[in-house]
Amino acid sequence: MDAVSTKVALDTLWVVVTACLVFFMNAGFAMLETGLCQSKNAVNVLAKNFIVFAVSSLAFWVVGFGLMFGDGTPLLGLSGWLLKGADNSPAMGEAYAGVFTALNWTGVPLSVKFFFQLVFAGTAATIVSGAVAERIKFISFIVFSFVLVAFVYPIGGHWAWGGGWLATAGFKDFAGSTVVHSIGGWAALTGVLILGPRLGKYKNGKINPIPGHNMSLATLGTFILWLGWFGFNPGSTMAADVNAIGLVALNTNMAAAAGCLAATALAWIVLGKPDLSMILNGTLAGLVAITAPCAFVGTGSSVVIGLVAGVLVVGSVLFFDRIKVDDPVGALSVHLVNGVFGTLAVGLFATEGGLFFGGGFTQTLAQLKGIVAVGAFTAAASALAWTLIKLAIGLRVTAEEEREGLDTGEHGMEAYPGLVAEPQALRMSEA
Amino acid sequence: MKKLESVIRPHLLEAVKDALQEVGVVGMTVTEARGFGRQKGHTETYRGSEYQVEFVPKVKIEVALPDELLDQAVDAILKTAKTGKFGDGKVFVTNLEDVVRIRTGERGELAL
Repeated sequence: MDAVSTKVALDTLWVVVTACLVFFMNAGFAMLETGLCQSKNAVNVLAKNFIVFAVSSLAFWVVGFGLMFGDGTPLLGLSGWLLKGADNSPAMGEAYAGVFTALNWTGVPLSVKFFFQLVFAGTAATIVSGAVAERIKFISFIVFSFVLVAFVYPIGGHWAWGGGWLATAGFKDFAGSTVVHSIGGWAALTGVLILGPRLGKYKNGKINPIPGHNMSLATLGTFILWLGWFGFNPGSTMAADVNAIGLVALNTNMAAAAGCLAATALAWIVLGKPDLSMILNGTLAGLVAITAPCAFVGTGSSVVIGLVAGVLVVGSVLFFDRIKVDDPVGALSVHLVNGVFGTLAVGLFATEGGLFFGGGFTQTLAQLKGIVAVGAFTAAASALAWTLIKLAIGLRVTAEEEREGLDTGEHGMEAYPGLVAEPQALRMSEA
Repeated sequence: MKKLESVIRPHLLEAVKDALQEVGVVGMTVTEARGFGRQKGHTETYRGSEYQVEFVPKVKIEVALPDELLDQAVDAILKTAKTGKFGDGKVFVTNLEDVVRIRTGERGELAL
């Protein structure tokens, strides 16, 4: 093989392998969310996490990818439905002739570009499931996931990654703190607000915790997600770029480690004990926060970003509970809060153009513009989608089904048949 | 005949069982139980919020024995299940009217 085809082969191999790592994050989310929910809802949480990638695959293939990366206007892509349309990938740059111009910077075949972007779209959709868990109807979640991946995610994504107006305005989001995590987070937040808290979570002005049923699963899930992030961030080079992938992997890991330790320390000091669910959330917070800046910052900055993320996540878990926004797994604190912070961190910590590195306010302002625009659009579009689904088919299971568990109500089966479920009253006081 | 129902700390089950066997008790039934007495419950926390665990895990041992073994059996339990702190549990003693061995139909002390 000549040098050019060798590079195409290596880049393709790299992007497909990292895409597979990102795909496996679905397993991580499934384990994390199931572990942090009650055993009577385990089948439902698993089913949602499983089916969401299948829904995403179809939705992104039919319309999402075209809206996000197809040639069109600064607001949305208007070509490339069903992956159809002219395309001579892996030709790059000026040599590229086709309808996916926004992706002409990577020299891999179109199928590989699509596959890599698909696993990202799937990740955004799966963020929602944990936040709305233990009370949403299965069918309503499926419909919302389709809408999110077919329309909402691709439009926000087009602005930042598809050659849209934010990209033109200098907005930078390397692997998706905003595009993936904040979009997932805003969609989750609107869902949580429209659904309301789980029954019994807030009673007589008091927070009545509903402990997760399996911390071993939650820990396994977080390990899988940490591993998957080594595909998520280093893979976003979409090329086996020797100067970038090692540094991005290192930065990703250091932010995760710092987030883990900061959350542990803060939980220990403020709550009295190092709560394992906070340790896990802290690690994920560091990973989400470093997702946008991982290719633009130094390793020292990555540690600082991770430390801030770990503090933010513990504070916001307590804050959301205080204002009675019920998020069983901490998805809002991890993905929304730290997606926003990570996006901002590009403007603050970038070695070229960052505020703390003598670059002035230009990049920070571009980042703020992106955070606000994508946030406002996603919140409005999601709220509309949730409301329409609520009017058409309803969003929430009946109170009786919620008390009995969604496993038997939605799926007619249990996760642990044969085991006697522990009566709620034995676990905690009905305060 | 007497029936002893003892509610004890779960981690002391092995010791209590051995001590009862030593004084001649030949069978027992064990149940995982929960309850509270003077120990009350305890507080746990989850994601920054405290909650009360009011029913504490215990083990309940049921033993049927002839009258003459009663004092030795109670002593054996007191010796092995006592830590001196709230939550050591209780021994309930009741008169036992009859016992039937299902396999043979034997009744009374023969069935013990």
